[in-house]
Amino acid sequence: MAEKGVAQLWRKIKAIYTIQGDHCTTCDTYYFPPRVVCPQCRRKGQLEKYTFKGLGKIHTFAIVRQAPDTFKRQIPYIVAQVELDEGARLTAQIVNCDIEDVHIDMRVRSCFRKITEYGESGIIIYGYKFEPTMKVTGHE
Amino acid sequence: MVGIIGYGVYIPRYRIKTEKIAAVWGEDGEKLAKGLGVFEKSVPGPDEDVATISVEAARNAVKRAQIDPTNIGAIYVGSESHPYAVKPTGTMVSEAIGCSPHITCADFEFACKAGTAAIQVCMGLVKSKMIKIGLAIGSDTAQGRPGDALEYSAAAGGVAILVGNKNVVATIEHTSSFTTDTPDFWRREGQAFPSHGARFTGEPAYFRHVGEGARALFKTTNTTVDDYDYFVFHSPNGKFPVAMGRQLGVPKEKLEDSLVVRQIGNTYSGSAMMGLANVLDIADPGSKIFMVAYGSGAGSDSFAIRVEDEIVKRRGEVPTVQDYIERKTYINYATYAKYRRKFKALG
Ligand SMILES: [Zn+2]
Repeated sequence: MAEKGVAQLWRKIKAIYTIQGDHCTTCDTYYFPPRVVCPQCRRKGQLEKYTFKGLGKIHTFAIVRQAPDTFKRQIPYIVAQVELDEGARLTAQIVNCDIEDVHIDMRVRSCFRKITEYGESGIIIYGYKFEPTMKVTGHE
Repeated sequence: MVGIIGYGVYIPRYRIKTEKIAAVWGEDGEKLAKGLGVFEKSVPGPDEDVATISVEAARNAVKRAQIDPTNIGAIYVGSESHPYAVKPTGTMVSEAIGCSPHITCADFEFACKAGTAAIQVCMGLVKSKMIKIGLAIGSDTAQGRPGDALEYSAAAGGVAILVGNKNVVATIEHTSSFTTDTPDFWRREGQAFPSHGARFTGEPAYFRHVGEGARALFKTTNTTVDDYDYFVFHSPNGKFPVAMGRQLGVPKEKLEDSLVVRQIGNTYSGSAMMGLANVLDIADPGSKIFMVAYGSGAGSDSFAIRVEDEIVKRRGEVPTVQDYIERKTYINYATYAKYRRKFKALG
């Protein structure tokens, strides 16, 4: 059976799997999602592909308690605006964090998760979410 | 020589205590946990599966090895809970860790030893110079039928091992396998839960294959128990590897560090590899490790491994097995059932 949305998803895989956006070398600004032209420099802009390091902090957040059916198993969950260290902001779910522990400026890192799936026989969409940075033994 | 140039693990954050599962089925939890040697097990979150676990483990492996992922020439993911019946998990892993499309990739299945089978194939490809670096992953989100004995141990986790011959952190000196047709555990296509031969899973299956595999490796390498500092056996529970060690005359202290099964349960394709990773996290250069992975159906893969000086430089950049074991949050049976889709009505 043909599936809706497959081609649309496929074009975005690189961006949502690895948080790949753009860096404008003219004005030194980082963008996510990827842009066609630099919104500041327009025609003078020089965009090159850039994979974000995946580290950042929570700019603001909300707790979701009413969710569509496909997200019901996860409520209550956290959705946040994450400010990446390079400067770009994006919206993402925060996982591995209890709702009473989340706070503004919390250090987070990207992780790879299932975003949604098109029913039991459809494709599974994977992509980035964020989680609190964790302890690494031996790391100063 | 060919060996491990990097490794990384991932264990989901959720845990359920054996007692909590036992209480639901009217069993004595304390007695059961002790008898089984599993006190709590890891549970994947509702948005985690073998692909996400494999990617996290693989990213840790790549970071530890400090390699350019475009130098990876092969990816094999071993699991019995691949998210798709048709569409390889390795394709998602490859894209998510930034590999080149010029790569060979396939999913492996051999119950709990699919990951070590992947290591062997990568070794062959590196040795024959077909590839520079191979990525072998053992990863599972194992399910036990509610109320079945397996429900107490079936857990989630994954281990990624980069096989290469430059800057090796642990040399794989020898590997061999032992395989027969032994129906101790299986799952038919389309079935949600596996079936098993109950008592049949012990002597003719696990103990025979792990025992024969171990003895064969001792023989071909002309070594004995005394030549190794650490032993790692597939751990379907905490009882089997200990009994196996006793049969082979392995001193308890040489086995202890591999028994992560007590805190996280049986991570299936990740099981023996997780024990190995925990040993690699702490072993001194020069240490020798003896590992036997087991897969139902049935077969065993044995490995003689020597830890190299390089390993010391590779520590402190990615979380250890213990870091993941300590990062945990307990859930009750109802939450567990919700996360593991045991409620059919809730998509
Ligand atoms: Zn610009």
